[in-house]
Amino acid sequence: MEATVFIEDSLRKILASVSDPEIPVLSIMDMGVVREAKLENGIAKIKITPTYSGCPAMDVIGDDIKSALKNEGFDSKIELVLSPAWTTDWITEKGRKDLEAYGIAAPLDADSDKAALLGNKRVVKCTNCGSQNTKMVSQFGSTACKALFQCEDCLEPFDYFKCLK
Amino acid sequence: MKENLIKYILGIADNSLILGQRLSELCGHGPSLETDIALTNISLDLLGQTRSYFQYAAKLKGENTTEDDLAFLRKERQYLNALLVEQPNGDFAHTIVRQFLFDGFHLLFLEQLRTCADTQLAAIAEKSIKEVKYHFRFSSEWVKRLGDGTEESHEKMQVAINDLWIFTNELFLMTDAETAMHREGIGVDLESLRADYQEQISEIVEEATLQIPETKYWQKGGKQGIHSEQMGYILADMQYMQRAYPNMQW
Ligand SMILES: [Zn+2]
Repeated sequence: MEATVFIEDSLRKILASVSDPEIPVLSIMDMGVVREAKLENGIAKIKITPTYSGCPAMDVIGDDIKSALKNEGFDSKIELVLSPAWTTDWITEKGRKDLEAYGIAAPLDADSDKAALLGNKRVVKCTNCGSQNTKMVSQFGSTACKALFQCEDCLEPFDYFKCLK
Repeated sequence: MKENLIKYILGIADNSLILGQRLSELCGHGPSLETDIALTNISLDLLGQTRSYFQYAAKLKGENTTEDDLAFLRKERQYLNALLVEQPNGDFAHTIVRQFLFDGFHLLFLEQLRTCADTQLAAIAEKSIKEVKYHFRFSSEWVKRLGDGTEESHEKMQVAINDLWIFTNELFLMTDAETAMHREGIGVDLESLRADYQEQISEIVEEATLQIPETKYWQKGGKQGIHSEQMGYILADMQYMQRAYPNMQW
């Protein structure tokens, strides 16, 4: 689902400086979890949405946003919204590149994702050597959003960020 | 209306809470690292969903009720989960079959709840569906792999299905709160899910070369608060900290 996101210009840079505590290279703006940021009577009102329902990073992200804004002189109110539900489509192009550079394969489209996770097709690219000769080790990885893969050419184990639609 | 809505939400939430709690018992004790991580990730999803439901129910209840009050400070008979989800982990076959039988129902249920007239419940359902799809895929794959596996794994899986199948009927029995909410355009018509459930579960069970047992007697009661002997142990574990140190916080 496409959703328009309003982000106040004066807040954009501050928000972009906050990163996902579990994937420190990924800005929360590139992850697509900030759904609105506006100033009302000098108070920054920020809406964020969880990636997964049980994502333990959400509380930390909320706190980090608050302190980043505080450092720049803004009081803030954080609201957690559920709808529309987050999808990996909201990860920006830059976010995808940052993930790959960090060693996490970026999510594929839904069909390729399913084929890869069922072991029907070798389509997830190794983040170390680029080979597509990779196999799934575990559908669930170190966090709910990732699956564990291994490259059969260079033998590197790596995380794959699962497609969520 | 409000009383019934709160009851309705608690019923949904308690299924996720108790199954999530059960799966969390396996943290660090799974049969292999990968399944350990998978089961605890599923547990985390379920507990996350539970929090969304409880936060909503707590808001409706008012009087400074918190999500923690609902999770930790009710008495056994106030929990409204189905008996299936409180059944013990047993061996891996039982853990997987319990998960599989619940996931199949959970997905069909959420697909209906997503279209309900209550926007907050619809939003929680829309969010949860994405996660539960992965759960169902995971449990189905294991049912097939173990059912159509070795002689021993096949036998253990068949025993697990025979043990747990009697708890599935309760998932489709409507409580008074569920019927009332269905009339308001909020609650899911559970009976209408029955045929699809039967078909989807049978298909996978067949592919796994297993059989659904003939059953004349079904277990029920959890949704009315009448639980099996398992429930007391779960609550003793889960509520211990709040009972020993009232209002403690992490
Ligand atoms: Zn490689």
